[in-house]
Amino acid sequence: MIQNKFIILTSCILFSFLLIPVNLTAAEENQPEINVQELVMEHTADAHEWHITTINGRAISIPLPVVVKSSQGWQMFMSSKFEESAGGIYNGLYLNREGKICEKDSAGNESRVFDISITKNVVQLWIVVILLIVIFLYCAHWYKNKKPQDDAPRGFVGFMELFVMFVYNDIIKETIDEKHYRFFAPYLLTVFFFIFLSNILGLIPIFPGGANLTGNIAITFFLALCTMLLTNIFGSKHYWKDIFWPDVPWWLKFPIPILPVIELFGVFTKPFALMIRLFANIFGGHAVAISLTCVIFITCQMGIAKGASISPISVFLMIFMDLLEVLVAFIQAFVFTMLSSVFIGLAQQEGEETTHSVEMTNNNL
Amino acid sequence: MPSFLTPDFGLLFWMLIAFLVVFFILAKFGFPAIINMVEERKKFIDESLQSAREANEKLANIKSESEVILKEAQLRQSQILKDATATREKIIREAKEKASVEAARVIEEAKAQIVAEREKSERESREQIADLSIQIAGKVLSKNLEKDEQQIEWIDRLLDEMSVAK
Repeated sequence: MIQNKFIILTSCILFSFLLIPVNLTAAEENQPEINVQELVMEHTADAHEWHITTINGRAISIPLPVVVKSSQGWQMFMSSKFEESAGGIYNGLYLNREGKICEKDSAGNESRVFDISITKNVVQLWIVVILLIVIFLYCAHWYKNKKPQDDAPRGFVGFMELFVMFVYNDIIKETIDEKHYRFFAPYLLTVFFFIFLSNILGLIPIFPGGANLTGNIAITFFLALCTMLLTNIFGSKHYWKDIFWPDVPWWLKFPIPILPVIELFGVFTKPFALMIRLFANIFGGHAVAISLTCVIFITCQMGIAKGASISPISVFLMIFMDLLEVLVAFIQAFVFTMLSSVFIGLAQQEGEETTHSVEMTNNNL
Repeated sequence: MPSFLTPDFGLLFWMLIAFLVVFFILAKFGFPAIINMVEERKKFIDESLQSAREANEKLANIKSESEVILKEAQLRQSQILKDATATREKIIREAKEKASVEAARVIEEAKAQIVAEREKSERESREQIADLSIQIAGKVLSKNLEKDEQQIEWIDRLLDEMSVAK
């Protein structure tokens, strides 16, 4: 029964996808050649407006507020002002090729302004935050008047409970020792669900989702920075001793501190790897999805016959990629949380075994 | 460096605020509620299992105890039955013995009585015979017997008289 429904649903989606490119080619035949690289960059980058669709060459998008501090002081206006004003210059400000707000100084040099605008990613960020708060406060509310003797939750709350306890038991408890895991659990859980929800919303191509949030280096930079700070601020004495005076032959650390330098370098490379891994995976996923979509338009520009023959393959690949991306959304959230947890957990270790063994050898001597 | 590799300050700024907001709200009101409830439930389940195990043990104990009691009761029952049988047989035996002793005594007494009676009757008849003999002899002596025929007649008459008198 469920399988039949699934097959019908899949074939419906397949057919609807097959119909769309044919309709679109008619409109786009007179358009200039598609620059895939530009398109990919445009779709994965942050923007000052939320582009929804383009109908007959007119872009339909949600304008977003711009908050900048230029040479003329603080300014706040809607991003639609750029389009409305002549030459795209509003109050001396304009969007450069990369979509960043710039101004020209007296010499005519382009310079970026201090920009804390509500961009597409910021809106997406707040959507994720509000969704997270709503979901978890709803779940927490469910528990409010419940006793441990009551039945376990079913449905959505039950699912969220399962999800939270999976992260809690299988990631956090496994990697951080007994005394400390409770302290770090809220941060790691927040990180997990923040990344997971952002990834999933990033896969939805229209308004409430679609922004490339976790594929933006600023977001992953912040998350990795948090993990780095937590690791090092709460690191144990043993953790610091292992960095500056590791248990290795003395000549590896005395005249030239080879290992301490490597270890100290590791303090920064570990979160750096976290940042790049999440960013590259999600960015890559988005880029591939957009590229595969572009294949349809490019082949259709070459001719209807070619387009009709290649598009189904492309659509099939897109569906495959989307499903893969759902998996990646989970895996990347899992990996980021797991590695953060491992780093934090390793920094918490007291090194009881090593000190014990050192004492043992001392006693023997 | 391409723009997508440089973190935007604006986004970083908003990320800081948004993440701190979501972190503090979820850390205060979201996750603890779920985790505490699950852990309490786990504790409750563990305790329930423990008490169920204890109850089972108790039940098993009670069962074995009851079996022991039952066994004892059966043992005692058979003991009592055995005792009862023994007592019954003893009573019967004793009764029989008593009865036979009594019977023997009664027979003995009867025999003794019979013997006494016989002796008594013998003695009486002997006394009677002697008496009769003495009387007859007296009568015979008191009468002067002339003739044999008369004598015999006399004796017959005396005998008749005596038997009538008797």
